[in-house]
Amino acid sequence: MVDNKQQWKAWIYLSPAIVLLLIFTVWPIFNTVRMAFLENYSGLQAAGGKTFEFGIQNFVKVVKYRKFVSCLKNTVILCVTTVPISTLLALLIAVALNSIKPLQKILQTIFFLPYVTNSIAIGMVFAAMFNIVGSFYGTENEIVVTAGIVNNVIEFLGGKTINWINYGSTYTANMIVMIVYIVWNALPFKILVLLGGLQSINKQYYDAAKVDSTPRRRVFTHITVPLLSPMLAYVIITGFIGGFKEYTSIVGIFGENMGPADDAGRLNTMVGFIYDALETNSQGRASAAALILFGIILVVTMINTQVSKKRVHY
Amino acid sequence: MPNKDNMTTMHEKDITKEKSRQKVVKLFVQVMVYAFLVAMAIIVLFPFYWMIISSLKTLDEYRMSVPTFWPKTVMLSNYAEAFTTANLGRLFVNTMIVGVISTLLSLVITVLSAFAFARLEFKGKDLLFSALLATMMIPGELFTITNYSTVTQFGWMNTYTVLIVPFLVSVFYIYLLRQNFMQIPNELYLAAKVDGTSDLKYLWKVMVPLALPTLISITILKMMGAWNSYIWPRLVANDEAHRMITNGLRNAFTDTTGDVNYPVQMAAVALVSAPLFLVFIFLRKYIMAGVSRSGIKG
Repeated sequence: MVDNKQQWKAWIYLSPAIVLLLIFTVWPIFNTVRMAFLENYSGLQAAGGKTFEFGIQNFVKVVKYRKFVSCLKNTVILCVTTVPISTLLALLIAVALNSIKPLQKILQTIFFLPYVTNSIAIGMVFAAMFNIVGSFYGTENEIVVTAGIVNNVIEFLGGKTINWINYGSTYTANMIVMIVYIVWNALPFKILVLLGGLQSINKQYYDAAKVDSTPRRRVFTHITVPLLSPMLAYVIITGFIGGFKEYTSIVGIFGENMGPADDAGRLNTMVGFIYDALETNSQGRASAAALILFGIILVVTMINTQVSKKRVHY
Repeated sequence: MPNKDNMTTMHEKDITKEKSRQKVVKLFVQVMVYAFLVAMAIIVLFPFYWMIISSLKTLDEYRMSVPTFWPKTVMLSNYAEAFTTANLGRLFVNTMIVGVISTLLSLVITVLSAFAFARLEFKGKDLLFSALLATMMIPGELFTITNYSTVTQFGWMNTYTVLIVPFLVSVFYIYLLRQNFMQIPNELYLAAKVDGTSDLKYLWKVMVPLALPTLISITILKMMGAWNSYIWPRLVANDEAHRMITNGLRNAFTDTTGDVNYPVQMAAVALVSAPLFLVFIFLRKYIMAGVSRSGIKG
C-alpha cells in the first residue's frame, strides 16, 4: 500500500521535469533525426503544407558544401591545437601550484578568474588588444593610429607589426588569435580539475621516491602523470567536446562576421554552420549538420575513452 | 685509526657539500617555479587590466601610438556613455528577470526530481535515470533546431517565456543534487515518517538545508548561464524589450576591428563583467565546487 502511494507520489514529483523534457529534449531528438532525412526540409514550407520525400540528400549536400568543409576544417584545427596546448599548460601550472606553499591560494584564484567571464565580452577585449586602430580598407595610404598592445609588445621586442584581425589579415594570423583566446579561456577549468587531482595523490608515493632519490623528471613522468591520468583523460575529453562546439569565442573577437572585414565567414565553425542554416529556415540541412557534429563528437569521445582505457591508471 | 678519522671527516664534508648543492638546486627550482607562475598569472590577468585602464582613458590617449599603462586623465564619463549607448539598464533588468525566475523554477523542479530519484521507490526508476543521463551526451545544437520550431508554434517568440522555459530542466543538476541527497541517511527520512512529517515538509526542513551548498552552486551556475547566454536569445528574443545582456553588448558594438571607440566599448565590457567578478569574489568556493564536477559553462 505504502509502495503504491510512493509510486504515484514519485511521478507527481517528477512530472514537471518529465513534461519539459518530453517537449524540449525527447521530441527534438526524434524530430531532428526526422528532418535530417527529409530532403530539403524547411520549416516554413512545411507550415505551408508542403511535403518532403525521405532521403539522405541533406547529408550529401552538407558534406559537399564548400562552406561546411571550411567550417569543419576550422573546428578541427582549433580542436587539435587548443586542447593539447591548454592541457599541457594547465598541467604545468597545476604541478607548479601544487609544489608551492606561500601565494598558492592567491595564484589559484587568479588562474580561475577567466572562468567567470563572459566569452563575448572578453573576446571584445582580446579584439582590442590585437586590433590595429586606423583605416586601411585595402587603400594604399593606410593610416595606423595605434597598432594595439600586442603589436606594441612585438615592436618593443624588435619584431614587426602583424595584421592580426583587420582587413586583409591572413588566415594563419586569425587562427593564432583564436587559439590564444581559446587557450586562455580553457585554462581555468583544466587547472582546477588537475590541481584537485594532484592534491588527492597520496604523499607516500613522493616520500618513497625521495627515499630512492628519484630525479624530478622521473617523479613527474612515473608518479604524477600516471596517478593524474584519470583527471587528464577527463579534461581532454571535455576539452574536445567543448572544442567541437566552439562558436561564441569567435563571435566575441570577430563579431557575427565570423572573419575579418574582407572575408566574412572565414572562421565559421560547425555550430555556426548549423545556426546559419537554421536562420535561413533550412531545418533539414541544419539537422543533418547537427547529426554529423554529434557523430564526430561521439567518435572522438569513443577514441578518447579507448585510448584512456589503455593509458589511464585507476 | 688516524686514517679512519680522516675518512669520516671527508665523508662529512661530502655530505655537507652535497647538502648545500641540493639546497642551491632546490632554491633554483623554487625560483623558476615562482617565475613561471607569476609570468603566467600576468598573462592571465593582462586582458582584465587592459580592459579597465582602456575604459578609463580618453579616446585621444587610447589612440596614442605609444601606449600608456596608466590613464593620464581618468575618464569615468566613459562608463556613463557606455551605459546609455548600449542601453545597459534595460539589458540588466531583462537579464535579471530571466535569471531570477528561471533559477527559482529550476531549483523547485530539480529538488522535486532529485528527491524522487534519491528517496522514493517506483517502477522503472533506474531505467528512467539512465535515460536522463544519456541525454547529457547529445550536443545542445541538436535540440535547438527543433525547439526553435516548437517555440515558434507556441507563439513564444520575443517573450520572457521563451528564454526561461526550454532550459528549466537540467539533467546535470538533477544528477548533482540526487548524489547529494543520497548521502543523507535514510534513517532521518524514516524517523520523519514515523513522526508523521509530510514529504514536502521533510524535504524543506531537512534535505534542502543539508544540501544547501549544492543548491547554491546550482543557483550561481544558472545565474551565470543567463548572464552569458548568447545563441538562444539571439535566435528567439532579440527585440528591444527582451534582449539579454550579452546580445545587447554585442549588438551595441558591432565593430570590434578597424577604427573603434575602444574606451567606451571597454567600459561597457567592464560593466557587463563586473557582476560576474563580484559573484566570483564572494562565492568562489561554490562556483569551483560546482564547476569541477560539470565541465560545462553555465
